[in-house]
Amino acid sequence: MNFDILFASVLNGLTTGAVYALVALGLTLIYGVLHIINFAHGAALMVALYGVYGLKTAFGVDPYLALPIMVPAMFALGYALQRGVINRASHGKDENILLVTLGLAIVLENLALLAFKSDTRTIDTAYTLTTVQLGPAFIALPKVIAFFGALVTCAVLLAIVTRTDLGRAIRAVAKEKLGAKLMGIDVDHVYAMSFGIGLACLGAAACFLLPAYYVNPQVGAGFVLVAFTIVVLGGMGSFTGALLGGLLIGVVESLGGLFLGESLGQIGIFAIFIAVLLFRPSGLFGARA
Amino acid sequence: MSNRRTFIRQSAAAASALAFPLVGGAQPKAIKIGVLHPVTGALAYSGQQCREGALMAIDDVNKTGIKALGGAKLEVMLGDAQSTPQAGTAEIEKMNEAACAAVVGAYASAICLATTQAAARYSLPHVVDVGVADQIVERGLKNTFRFGPGYRTCAQIAMSNLHVLNTAAGKPAKTVMIIHEESLFGTGTANLLAKELPGFGYEVKEVIKHANPTRDFNNIVLRMKAVNPDIVIPANYYNEYALLVRTMQQQKVAPKAIYSVLGGAASSYKFLKEFPEAANGIIDCNHWFNPKDKRALELKKRTEAKSLYYSYEVFNTYTAVRLLADAIERAKSADRAAITDALAASTFSDHFMPYGPTRFENGQNTGAQPLMTQVIKGDIRVIVPREYREAEPIFPLRS
Repeated sequence: MNFDILFASVLNGLTTGAVYALVALGLTLIYGVLHIINFAHGAALMVALYGVYGLKTAFGVDPYLALPIMVPAMFALGYALQRGVINRASHGKDENILLVTLGLAIVLENLALLAFKSDTRTIDTAYTLTTVQLGPAFIALPKVIAFFGALVTCAVLLAIVTRTDLGRAIRAVAKEKLGAKLMGIDVDHVYAMSFGIGLACLGAAACFLLPAYYVNPQVGAGFVLVAFTIVVLGGMGSFTGALLGGLLIGVVESLGGLFLGESLGQIGIFAIFIAVLLFRPSGLFGARA
Repeated sequence: MSNRRTFIRQSAAAASALAFPLVGGAQPKAIKIGVLHPVTGALAYSGQQCREGALMAIDDVNKTGIKALGGAKLEVMLGDAQSTPQAGTAEIEKMNEAACAAVVGAYASAICLATTQAAARYSLPHVVDVGVADQIVERGLKNTFRFGPGYRTCAQIAMSNLHVLNTAAGKPAKTVMIIHEESLFGTGTANLLAKELPGFGYEVKEVIKHANPTRDFNNIVLRMKAVNPDIVIPANYYNEYALLVRTMQQQKVAPKAIYSVLGGAASSYKFLKEFPEAANGIIDCNHWFNPKDKRALELKKRTEAKSLYYSYEVFNTYTAVRLLADAIERAKSADRAAITDALAASTFSDHFMPYGPTRFENGQNTGAQPLMTQVIKGDIRVIVPREYREAEPIFPLRS
């Protein structure tokens, strides 16, 4: 196994990892603030992917140009779901929330099954087959765009959380809900905003993902498992952790696939997952309990 | 005013009016046959192609109907195996309940393995249209008949022809890499090849398995780069085949030959049209029609007139239905046992596949064979065997 091939595989892993990070960011935000383990995250990604697919096939909208449509649309969906369904049905109990998000996932997946059947669908664009040469490696252009797109999205998200009033409110609610309420923060609104932003990340992820990937009603399951691993690896609620964790997992998966074959390649991800839980349960960047 | 007599008169009139269509119609009862394919899920494209082939065959049969049964028409019951054996089995249950006389299907080997077994419980005749795994016809199921060749035949023909081509070219190819899909069809084909290729003097450098669907072949192609085989042999379904070859093109991997055994997109007009550059020069050992038979070319025109591609799914399922219709004709009955007997004794020869007259042995048509094709100058041409040859083979592609 020579260096060129290893190099190409690592680059390939980094590009995949960036998209994983984007999915995990939404999940970690929702967990960090709301303390909701959002089982509907994968289903929401699937909805976003169908959105991008629909825009492309019905109206000819390029997946990257769909960003300004998909991100607000997913934000609105998230906001409405949190305020209209999850908050109402949970009555403030965490175990209820768990079940409500699980139920949402089942409903969304089956609605997709009804509407689109279980077919695997892909889109073809002019640049699907275009490659970029980086030293000895050839990387597909959509993956390069996804990599940088994911990094930019992460930066925007970090800026929102650290620099804006909304971000301060989110962090305040995450730390001390009652205190935040006493300071005049509309907690329900902040909850819904966080959920909305979490799903907006998925809207962006879907736009970057689809040109090099596919959509079917079960597509979210594969991502959500990886995303949970990343969140645990990076530390629950840590954004930097999610980003670095995502990239790391992407590379581990790619190298695993290269050395152990496609079927066994994913074993590395779960070995890491178990190791982190055993030796560093708070994650690489998580606050120690 | 109504009395007893008028009541009787009126009743009699009404009864005869009701009875009349039954007596006078003499319309033979339609024969219901099940057409079962994975029209949704990972194999949806192939399943839909199969279904189109079946429907065209049923249209053709119904022009005259089954003559031995007074022109009885075939009535189709469509089933969707959703690309899983379980869903396929469930559809067989429904087709049995609906009193189908026979079933044609179910494209993928893994699905056929399950559906033939389920149908055997009801002695329901099952014509396998594609399903190349040899286990399908090796379990002693009396109801199962496969018209086309199995993967052992295909692999053996492919291997001996590879050897002929390679020897004629001065043996430029020595190493092989096999890439196959994970279900019965791909795994079985790959195992056969990996076991027997060394006997022909080839070193099998690597055998790689992948899932359906796979949307990223970069790792596999990177490995291919590292191994640098002379010949790449893919055995997988359409989507993955197409993506694999496209990724090879992206990563600038160009072996001496892409030599497919039952390659999902290798001899596919769809792939050829969408990616002419990637398809160029690909050799395939696969189901193919007799290129010199006018009926095959007519069906090609008809298929294309429906804006469909004339793929092996279409003509394989088309002929499978024709075989079944012929058996019903010979059986002179829509009874399951009679059809099974007629199939077992069939000498069906009115078809355009390169198989000669039909003769079943344990459910396998003994004359069935694949043809070798190559994409040459933007068209799919038969290169081997000689009696069907349309063009001289180009081997190796790159020295």
